[in-house]
Amino acid sequence: MNQPSDWELDNPERLYVITRGRSGSLVQALDLVTLIVSRSAPHPGMQPEQAAILRICRSPLSVAEVSAYLRLPVSVVTVLLADLLAEDQVEARAPVPAALLPDPALLQAVLHGLQKL
Amino acid sequence: MDFRSSERVAGPSSEDVLPPSTVAAVKVVIVGGFGVGKTTLVGSVSEIRPLTTEETMTQAAVGVDDIAGVERKTATTVAMDFGRISLDQQLVLYLFGTPGQRRFWFLWSGLFEGALGAVVLIDTRRFEVSFDVIGQLEERNVPFVVALNSFPDSPTYPLEELRSALDLPDNVPIVECDARRRDSSRDVLITLTRYLHSLAVTSEAS
Repeated sequence: MNQPSDWELDNPERLYVITRGRSGSLVQALDLVTLIVSRSAPHPGMQPEQAAILRICRSPLSVAEVSAYLRLPVSVVTVLLADLLAEDQVEARAPVPAALLPDPALLQAVLHGLQKL
Repeated sequence: MDFRSSERVAGPSSEDVLPPSTVAAVKVVIVGGFGVGKTTLVGSVSEIRPLTTEETMTQAAVGVDDIAGVERKTATTVAMDFGRISLDQQLVLYLFGTPGQRRFWFLWSGLFEGALGAVVLIDTRRFEVSFDVIGQLEERNVPFVVALNSFPDSPTYPLEELRSALDLPDNVPIVECDARRRDSSRDVLITLTRYLHSLAVTSEAS
């Protein structure tokens, strides 16, 4: 691989979106493992990538999986999702918040799940 | 004729969909040098075939003559493989096999934020590459375990010698692993989870 002396690293800022939670609006970052669930079907005239997101997220799917299946960078997917979230066409289920980690009960659940493998 | 109908439809197969009851996800990152077996480990335990997410990175082309004198940029794509394990009807675990070169980690914003922990996968034929990786995890306060992936010509070191060479505290688990095997890879994740649990219980008590 070429190793030029001058690399410019893209370090994208985290995109924060406003989503409607049970306790009102909350600002959350779209994480790689935020689960996306469609609220509506794609409509004609919709941007193809957004229509594709609505189709593949009928069941919960992580941002990372959306990126993989649509072959789009996560940075692009998060922008598309921000629009869909703003229009309430998808729902975002945030990953377990970092403040709760590490929660012993959560870790027990992880352990039980792994032991079943 | 509709040409678009000949395109393969993107998306998970029916076996790969998550139940609608899934509400939360956790992530574990697998780190280590090139060719150490990260994707192999992910593939061994993942319920889906490993998927790939790509990010682009721009590179200023230095020393390239351009008539207009404009700095040219080229984009490089960096890939990261990942897999998934459904833990129960509500909770799913994602495993990310991070790119070998750690400067590429930061193309995915927040990759380490909120991660449960990490597995440092080591090839004992060249374990020096791990120093940098371990240093990065420690800097970011990401708890980790060390797994030694065995290759046919891997030298075996006494674990305590490795522990001292890697400058690891006594409580950090170092385990052997065959990343090709599902049970061995699962056991590494179990070791990590138990270790994280011990850290959580200790911090609750203090």
